[in-house]
Amino acid sequence: MTDATFSPDEDVAKAPAKGLTTADGRPLKQALARAQSHARWRAFFLVAPLLAFILLTFVVPIGQMLHRSVYNDGFTLHEDIGSGTQTPLMTNLKTWFKDNPAGTDPDEAAFAALAADLLVLREVKAAGQAGTRINYELSGSRSMFTKAARRAKKLEPPYKEAILDLDEDWGDPMLWRVMRDATSAYTANFYLAAMDRTKDVDGNVVSVNENRQVYVKLFTRTLMLSLLITFLCFLLAYPIAHLLATLPLAKSNLLMILVLLPFWTSLLVRTTSWMVLLQSQGVVNDALVSMGLLGDENRLQMMYNQLGTIIAMTHILLPFMVLPLYSVMRPINPSYVRAARSLGATSWTAFRRIYFPQTVPGIGAGALLVFILAVGYYITPALVGGADGQLISNLIAFHMQKSLNWSLAAALAALLLGGILLLYWLYDRLVGIDNLKLG
Amino acid sequence: MADASRSDAFVEFERVQKSYDGETLVVKDLNLTLPKGEFLTMLGPSGSGKTTCLMMLAGFETATHGDIRLGGVSINNIPPHKRGIGMVFQNYALFPHMTIAENLSFPLEVRNIGKSEREAKVRRALEMVEMGGFEGRRPAQLSGGQQQRVALARALVFEPELVLMDEPLGALDKQLREKMQFEITRLAHDLGITTVYVTHDQTEALTMSDRVAVFNDGRIQQLAPPDELYEEPQNNFVAQFIGENNTLAGTVTEITGDRALVQLDSGEVIDAKPVNVSQAGERTRVSIRPERVEFKPERLPAGAHMLTAEVQEFIYMGDTFRTRLSVAGNDDFIMKCRNAPGQQRLVPGSTVQIGWMPDDCRALDA
Ligand SMILES: Nc1ncnc2c1ncn2[C@@H]1O[C@H](COP(=O)(O)OP(=O)(O)O)[C@@H](O)[C@H]1O
Ligand SMILES: [Mg+2]
Repeated sequence: MTDATFSPDEDVAKAPAKGLTTADGRPLKQALARAQSHARWRAFFLVAPLLAFILLTFVVPIGQMLHRSVYNDGFTLHEDIGSGTQTPLMTNLKTWFKDNPAGTDPDEAAFAALAADLLVLREVKAAGQAGTRINYELSGSRSMFTKAARRAKKLEPPYKEAILDLDEDWGDPMLWRVMRDATSAYTANFYLAAMDRTKDVDGNVVSVNENRQVYVKLFTRTLMLSLLITFLCFLLAYPIAHLLATLPLAKSNLLMILVLLPFWTSLLVRTTSWMVLLQSQGVVNDALVSMGLLGDENRLQMMYNQLGTIIAMTHILLPFMVLPLYSVMRPINPSYVRAARSLGATSWTAFRRIYFPQTVPGIGAGALLVFILAVGYYITPALVGGADGQLISNLIAFHMQKSLNWSLAAALAALLLGGILLLYWLYDRLVGIDNLKLG
Repeated sequence: MADASRSDAFVEFERVQKSYDGETLVVKDLNLTLPKGEFLTMLGPSGSGKTTCLMMLAGFETATHGDIRLGGVSINNIPPHKRGIGMVFQNYALFPHMTIAENLSFPLEVRNIGKSEREAKVRRALEMVEMGGFEGRRPAQLSGGQQQRVALARALVFEPELVLMDEPLGALDKQLREKMQFEITRLAHDLGITTVYVTHDQTEALTMSDRVAVFNDGRIQQLAPPDELYEEPQNNFVAQFIGENNTLAGTVTEITGDRALVQLDSGEVIDAKPVNVSQAGERTRVSIRPERVEFKPERLPAGAHMLTAEVQEFIYMGDTFRTRLSVAGNDDFIMKCRNAPGQQRLVPGSTVQIGWMPDDCRALDA
């Protein structure tokens, strides 16, 4: 430390050359950084729990999901559940695939490699796992693997003949194409499958059979239904929000409670009450029949189809549209519309040119919210959607829980996520995220 | 200009009443006639029904009873956008999502005026309020005073014959307010528009208007030019509300022509001009302006009644001296004297005799 008693004049004179210093002679910048670092650390520790929470519950799972959608080691690595020892699988085939370019007909060396690998599968009991991985892309191949592995010990050269004797399908070039792909754990094939695409024998990307195309259709339906539901929510919510914003506070509070009431009721209860109301033996149909408006034999089908999904989801998502709209409408001073009217605008023009534009940020926020929620909705379509009211999330759940093809589920979910991010980006470009008003 | 004959009445309120809740009348029996080109101010305390009257005229509230006529035509059933009335709101109500030019252009667009004419008119209107060059800005980018000018320009751009302003200067600071008061009156007179102006600020009302309607409790208490309002208040409310005022309570003992004798509650008798009293025995409050009180006998007519006053406080205010006196039981009796050469400064604790010209002392309602 230098002398602590600087004369001010001296200090100023030196300043341009040396940079400013504090009273005790330390450089000002350094002192400032030190003073601020304390506050910065404290701020960091305050947010650290939240940061860790988000990392653990949000970033990590999503990262894992994204990883799983391009990574499946079912054909390359076995981990023993009990001991935890890891055994690489299909190493011989991998070598053969490396030495021979794609499209080479499998020769004796290839079948020999296969036989050696089958022996490994048998030893570590991984035939099912490896077969399942191939089965994802070529159905019916799981049983081939389990069967062949069971007989792996008895196989003798020439292996080609021996294996083809077990099952002729081992000579299928398609199988060899799939196995070649599967020897690498990283693959884009699940994304192809999620878009109803597959690779043919030569590795070209082609559409799958028409009767097996489901995902694109389902994505389109999800998109269309979500758009429709968003639009219906907007149509219903706009007048309600306007009423809420213009009524005297006492009355609008009551109305607000009615709007929020669904929030406080279980989602399941709300969905099942729609089932009670709308099913063919339900309240609405009974009422129509008893009033004679409807014959008993042609009761309306309003449940277990798309209509059911639309009605129930519109109702459930309505508050998410009402609240952002209300929050932009409440502060709009009635004198704007009055000013427009006094300036000569009809009430319609005043609404269209003055009131409506001021509510656009609320519409954007509400629409984005409802749309994103609708696109990923699961329970309601599962319960009331029937066959044609299912959305993409129901299929993701199916692949998670029933078919156990997690990689495909992850690929579907990643596509959904990508689509939403794209929409979000588009919205930002068109409307601007800073214009979003959620409340 | 003050007395409009029925023939050139431009705006007329006839026996107008208004109730919002069906229980209380917010406007009680309003009668008002306004000739073309007049600048009329509605002045009154908050809640006295001024805004309500303006809203009825603009068409945003309907009169519960009575008739409102514009140019001889009853407008009760004409919607607001067909009334052709320019309006300036207290919060300016500039459309936040439009630029200044778009704001001004709006009334012209809804009137289907062509683009080039529109632009010319917008430019002229903005220049008129000295806001040329601000066309591309948004209202939020302007200061309060600038927004006020734009609001004014927007109310004038479609050349309405009648302009309504509801406390348009309420949000501005004092200096800006005074400047705008001057500019609004200048514009109104230059353009020859009829203006109804609402304020609760009496200085604003007095300096700007041709006539002032003093509102209280849903009624017009007095409708008169500013000088008459100040010098000849018709009732106690107006006397109290406009300017500074001293009151003394008493009973009328005698009325002869335009002279009344009033015996104050403390016993003294004074001369007054009967305004709101008609016979002896009535209770009254007399009203005297502080600057009309004299304490030098030579400046009063011979035989004028004098009162004994005790000086409570002497306040030096630069151009005037303000003396607080205790007179006939009223401890807040104010006397104002000009700071003329040789003017006497009264000492607190001393007693003086004070008096006034009988015409300056008005016997009003109790
Ligand atoms: N929209 C309304 N609904 C009910 N009462 C109102 C409404 N507007 C004004 N009032 C009442 O009418 C009275 C007069 O109000 P207003 O005309 O705004 O007075 P001012 O403009 O002179 O302050 C007030 O008592 C106010 O509470
Ligand atoms: Mg008001």
